[in-house]
Amino acid sequence: MRMLKNNATILMAFAVLLVLDRITAATGWNHSYYYKILIDVGIAAILAVSLNLINGITGQFSLGHAGFMALGAYVAASFSSFVMKPWVAHMHWTGGVETAALGIGAGIAIVLGGITAAMAGLIVGIPTLRLRGDYLAIATLGFGEIIRILILNTEAVGGPRGMGDIPTNANFFWVYGWMLACVVMVSRLVYSVKGKAFFAIREDEFAASMIGIDITRYKVLAFLTGSFFAGVAGGLFAHSATGFIVPGEFDTLKSIEIVVMVVLGGLGSISGSLIAAAVLTILPEALRQFSDYRMVAYSLLLIIMMLTRPQGLMGMRELTFPRRRPSTPA
Amino acid sequence: MKLGSIYALIALGYTMVYGVLRLINFAHGDVFMLGAMLSIYFARWTRLDMHPSWISLFCIIGMAMAACGLIGGVIERVAYRPLRSAPKLSLLITAIGVSLLIENAGQLHAVFGPTPQAFPGLIETREAIHIGSLTLSNIEVLVFVVAIALMVILHFIVHHTKLGLAMRAVSFNYQTASLMGVNVDHVISFTFILGSALAGAAGVLFGLSYPSIDPLTGFAPGIRAFVAAVLGGIGSIPGALLGGFLIGEAETLTASYISSTYKDAIAFVILILVLLIKPSGLLGKKTIEKV
Repeated sequence: MRMLKNNATILMAFAVLLVLDRITAATGWNHSYYYKILIDVGIAAILAVSLNLINGITGQFSLGHAGFMALGAYVAASFSSFVMKPWVAHMHWTGGVETAALGIGAGIAIVLGGITAAMAGLIVGIPTLRLRGDYLAIATLGFGEIIRILILNTEAVGGPRGMGDIPTNANFFWVYGWMLACVVMVSRLVYSVKGKAFFAIREDEFAASMIGIDITRYKVLAFLTGSFFAGVAGGLFAHSATGFIVPGEFDTLKSIEIVVMVVLGGLGSISGSLIAAAVLTILPEALRQFSDYRMVAYSLLLIIMMLTRPQGLMGMRELTFPRRRPSTPA
Repeated sequence: MKLGSIYALIALGYTMVYGVLRLINFAHGDVFMLGAMLSIYFARWTRLDMHPSWISLFCIIGMAMAACGLIGGVIERVAYRPLRSAPKLSLLITAIGVSLLIENAGQLHAVFGPTPQAFPGLIETREAIHIGSLTLSNIEVLVFVVAIALMVILHFIVHHTKLGLAMRAVSFNYQTASLMGVNVDHVISFTFILGSALAGAAGVLFGLSYPSIDPLTGFAPGIRAFVAAVLGGIGSIPGALLGGFLIGEAETLTASYISSTYKDAIAFVILILVLLIKPSGLLGKKTIEKV
């Protein structure tokens, strides 16, 4: 992940993503089943990496990531459906202009979703981050559920019936572009002085505060960044595939699923999270006929992992690429 | 009130386990579900569901408590004991894993199946007591009485037996207790068995009151009972009792005066308020963190 220090590499990666996106659109592959899975992997990766910043790197166990995702999804979907679509209709735009306007609108919507989730993260974070360990887990779980129940009771966004007809403009470029942004942001945080502070808080809060680290500030920073990207992932999710979201998709089980990814990949390893997100998204699709056993396997995996290799697949290590070899960041 | 009694019984398990191990046993709510679910099967096997009577009811409660105690002990032995010296986070994740395992294995068709199952009517429902305009059914009275009786027994065990003394010692200071010759592993196992047996009893009482049980039944009451334990002051037995009744009342009042859909959120709102205002809970002891 260290190679992401180079701005030119990042720009190049964005360009590669754009080219790949155009290729998928030109070949019509973007309507295939595999493309949908690829998009899901990207969204899961954003969620896992952003949660890793909170859970793995700063050591603050959060079980409410799906709540922030829900908030981002609903804010983004509302913006697209209630602001952008009527506006486009009002301007009588058609064809290419309409598509472009809706695309830009979705981009804005996703950022708005992220910002709202980050604000919620701030509001949730400042009081609850005083709690430690298991209390924080329960409090964040509670916040996630409260967000979901509030959405469930909001008729304007469809309540329990869900919200449909969201423009589906979250394509390969958007999803993986955001994923890249998330990885760059998190890895730059981790490899900066702030990163040292995060790890210090994870290892020993008291010791960290003794050497003058403002614990609350760093915890809130981690929480803010993490929930921003959770909101973005939610926005992308709302604008992908079917363009339909229901509150039930963002329950505690979803939060736990993201936690499993982070734990499996290794608490603190960004590339570990990426790998785990890909594996845990593709595997259930590949094993569809055993779908009943999927969650059983997940939970067994979690227990066995904790008993035998509590540091996760990658531990704290990162995948590194040999220098001088051109490669696209995973 | 019956909801409150049930929450209180589950909360006791949380509070005791938290007391000795400093662990939120996420699987506790699922042990409670197993108590309800297994007693359905026990009632069918023993054909006690054909002969509703007080005796068959207490037989079923006894069986559910024994089975859940056993399950709790096994969970502790297999999943938690190997992690005794591991970081707390690993233990918490394992607990979540155990909870998910019970819920999802239970949903397999080979086990319980995902559809709700009807809880047999082990006693006939009658209106038992009239206090003014208030009418209580015999089940409501039974739930309350059984819950209180179990708590009295628990109080006796914790405060008047040698094992109870050991439990209190371990929860006061784990390392000192082990230096004083307390077999910490035994005490922790015993705590799990005791707490899980109470959850099993709560499961039967829950089944009598809400006779539709599926493998996910345990999750929500489990979380609410945990909130009850925190509200009462985690580690405190009377606190769990008080917290259980308060949460039960709060939910019933929310459902009747605000909206039943917000019922699920009220426990979390209370939890967050408690954690912000008085993290040690109503009857909890204030602890100072030492390095």
